[in-house]
Amino acid sequence: MSPAAGQNHSPGARQYVLTWVALLVLLLVAVGTAYIPLGVVNVGLNLGIAVVKALLVMVVFMHLGISRPVVRLAAVAGFFWLALLFILTLAEYVTR
Amino acid sequence: MSTIAAAPEPSYIDVSYTLRSWLTTHDHKRIGLLYVVSITFFFFIAAVAAAIMRVELLTPAGDLLEADTYNKLFTVHGVVMVWFFLIPSIPATFGNFLLPLMIGARDVAFPRLNLASWYVYSLGGLFVIITLIAGGVDTGWTFYTPYTTMFSNTHVVAAICGVFIVGFSSIFTGLNFIVTVHRMRAPGLNWFRLPLFVWAQYATSLVMVLATPVLAMTLALVAIERILQVGIFDPALGGDPLLFQHLFWFYSHPAVYIMVLPAMGVVSEVIACFARRPVFGYRFMVYSLLGIAVVGFTVWGHHMFVSGQSMYAGMVFSLLSFLVAVPSSIKVFNWTATLYRGSVSFEAPMLYALGFIALFMMGGITGIWLAALAADVHLTDTYFVVAHFHYIMVGAAVMAYFSAIHFWWPKITGRLYPESWARLAAIVMFIGFNLAFFPQYIAGFLGMPRRYHAYPPEYEVLNILSSAGAAVLAVAYVLPLIYLGWSLLRGPRAGSSPWGATGLEWETTSPPPRDNFRRPPRVDGPPYAYDTERGHGP
Repeated sequence: MSPAAGQNHSPGARQYVLTWVALLVLLLVAVGTAYIPLGVVNVGLNLGIAVVKALLVMVVFMHLGISRPVVRLAAVAGFFWLALLFILTLAEYVTR
Repeated sequence: MSTIAAAPEPSYIDVSYTLRSWLTTHDHKRIGLLYVVSITFFFFIAAVAAAIMRVELLTPAGDLLEADTYNKLFTVHGVVMVWFFLIPSIPATFGNFLLPLMIGARDVAFPRLNLASWYVYSLGGLFVIITLIAGGVDTGWTFYTPYTTMFSNTHVVAAICGVFIVGFSSIFTGLNFIVTVHRMRAPGLNWFRLPLFVWAQYATSLVMVLATPVLAMTLALVAIERILQVGIFDPALGGDPLLFQHLFWFYSHPAVYIMVLPAMGVVSEVIACFARRPVFGYRFMVYSLLGIAVVGFTVWGHHMFVSGQSMYAGMVFSLLSFLVAVPSSIKVFNWTATLYRGSVSFEAPMLYALGFIALFMMGGITGIWLAALAADVHLTDTYFVVAHFHYIMVGAAVMAYFSAIHFWWPKITGRLYPESWARLAAIVMFIGFNLAFFPQYIAGFLGMPRRYHAYPPEYEVLNILSSAGAAVLAVAYVLPLIYLGWSLLRGPRAGSSPWGATGLEWETTSPPPRDNFRRPPRVDGPPYAYDTERGHGP
């Protein structure tokens, strides 16, 4: 592991506030677009916004952007297992 | 630094004798012992429930208990045995005590979190005791909907709260072990020099951390639907009853591996020691531990073959269930190969470990039957299933627990136990277990359903045999309490390594000092450096 990878400097207050503001803006966009009839695009747009918000939380608030690889691996493992649960359950549901 | 002090240090037991010193300790060894006391208490609650059920089943008529009481008994037996004994049995006791010792550390990574896990466990246990005093719960340990959410008039939410809370103690323990193994290994102790017990704890911890939150969420959803009538599992409210089973078994099948992986770790240590040989195929043993932990997450649907799940999902889950037999078989073959040309001796821990292998094989092979879709249709909800999972969870896992108690007893207490009594108890336990549960395979195969307090007369002989076996098993469980109690007070003093075993835990005194080692240890070679020619013991 490179020395740089082992460093873990927390983001400053400014970065936290900006991220929070970004999350609020995305929330407003999600709510606002829900009132515009876009058909299936509504769903895609909302899911896209949800993904961006989740990434912001993970990268900034959960410090994954500056974490060591093993910590990132732990987060990826959580996602992998959640995906396992969702995929196998939904695969069963749609083939009933 | 205290570890290099020349003066003799008091053992972790002699540091202080006050109750307060035990209840506020951060020492992983003392916390392990706190867990031993707690899980032994809950083991006996659940065992008494089982004993009453076996007395009821002596006769075909339901003449001792009401059907409702019987339902409550098997529920408390299941809930307490699974969450308050088996899940914490080896990890929270021997894992806590041994993991830092085996990797040459002074303690776990988060000692306060470790103590918190025991208090959280105790709080969960308190909820279960309150549930019992209030009148019990009758849903079965699986809390299946819609019975739990719509029909049961018993104390479902209180019981769920207990299980919800105790789950966090598992998560705390798992998290602690993962970080401890990553960050606190002694110099020279690289990953492939770790004892298999440590690997087993690590694999178990991954399962605990990844699966337990799903159980917590599932039980919370049950409580929400039951109290607030929010539609999650009830189709009338837009829910899906099978969703509960998916979520529940996503945790509860891997939970079987939380019970059995640590047992596999124990058996690997014991067999290597009493065969005087390194474990055969060490790396394959590591990969199979991790393989079981990962593949074990993909087989949950085999609990739902007749529940109305999709036929295609049933086929996939059946194939995946067959797959998990591969790493399990690798382990059995490698333990057997370790014995080959070893200098084998049959001390009590070894008898228990060999008992583990035999019972694990029986439980595993009948698991293959149940993984087969067509056979499972006939066998689901019969005593065949009861016998199968008891062979794994009681036969195998509890035999390994007793193997661990005897193997590390001298290290934990600094005392030796009477070997002849211990061998007798091991043999009685093996005989009693088989007498109790093998007839249940036959009864189940003949079609006797589980969870009824009465049954047709043609099953009577098998049930009498089973109840007789339960009585023998009870004797085998009480015997160690007596002779280990004697050993605690009167047993001869043990040296640092009475079995002549390898491993860092045997290099420190028995019992170890507060900080485990006088000097920080260094590791220069692989584990299990046994010399076959050396013979037994110093």
